[in-house]
Amino acid sequence: MIDAIDFQLIAAVQAGLPIAARPYAAIAEQLAITEQDVIERLARLKTQGLIKRWGVVVKHRQLGYRANAMIVMDVPDEWVARVGALISQQACVNLCYQRPRQGEVWPYNLYCMIHGKSREVVLEQWAELRHACNLCEYPFEVLFSRRCFKQRGALYARPIANGDGLSPSLAGQSRAEEIKNKLSFGVHFA
Amino acid sequence: MLAPLHKRLLNDYQQDFPLSPTPYRDIAEQLGVSEDEVLNAFQTLSEQQMISRIGPVIAPNSIGNSALVAMAVPDTDLARVAELVSAYPEVNHNYERENRFNLWFVLIADSEPHLKAVIADIETQTGYPAMLLPMLADYFINLGFELNLHD
Repeated sequence: MIDAIDFQLIAAVQAGLPIAARPYAAIAEQLAITEQDVIERLARLKTQGLIKRWGVVVKHRQLGYRANAMIVMDVPDEWVARVGALISQQACVNLCYQRPRQGEVWPYNLYCMIHGKSREVVLEQWAELRHACNLCEYPFEVLFSRRCFKQRGALYARPIANGDGLSPSLAGQSRAEEIKNKLSFGVHFA
Repeated sequence: MLAPLHKRLLNDYQQDFPLSPTPYRDIAEQLGVSEDEVLNAFQTLSEQQMISRIGPVIAPNSIGNSALVAMAVPDTDLARVAELVSAYPEVNHNYERENRFNLWFVLIADSEPHLKAVIADIETQTGYPAMLLPMLADYFINLGFELNLHD
């Protein structure tokens, strides 16, 4: 189970660990708990799966991965879990989700993401993936991204405010907004 | 150009950043450099916007409710609608994509009613219907981003 301090900890680290010699101690000071407690809690949240990964989150666009395709497929429901698991094992795929179809307007139920340095590379990878995973008979669409209007990490506001325990570091939010949002969900990243 | 140290830091610490009192010193020892070099390199990567953060990626829907939302907006009105959508604190990602559904964004809220209320508000404010696409299953285990740093 996760407790109120876990939520406060997530709120405190979601904008990023300080780049300093004792970063967990800095977080601990904000929360008035010990450095060891911070480390143990993060390790437990990772083991529990709530933290899916703990580490460097890169900005792929800035690193030259400017072609980003979301590919949507219409896969028979009885196959979708198997196909999803198979696609997820391909090195070029970053994300793979099942989502509900929206009738004839949007009949797709499987989504995956391929990031590449160019459109050509991404399309080649997709062609290879279709063959490797036997997807050739399924209808699909490739949606390349054009403009990025907003991108940031998911910011989860803490559900309780402990005295003056507001995070000083929620990116892009003024303190007033942060207080206003503290009982709802704040603002966000990959 | 990325220095070899920068490449290692970007690639090797996406999954298991050290959970020890001195993580940057641990990394320095693993890579055979000084702690200051590691700290300076991360500072540079952060300033140059190559990393978003060192921190957690939270499993989808483990805290709160999130959903992908798509809208079909006339090109001439897209900038206005996108700006309106981005202004919501619940919106994390907001992209234009090449499709008749040309605006795609991810919302996260503390509950399903809150999520639906925000979407209803977006529909009212923008004047266009929104297609709600919540995640039903996540097939991907490893969310790290493998960089090809050899070219």
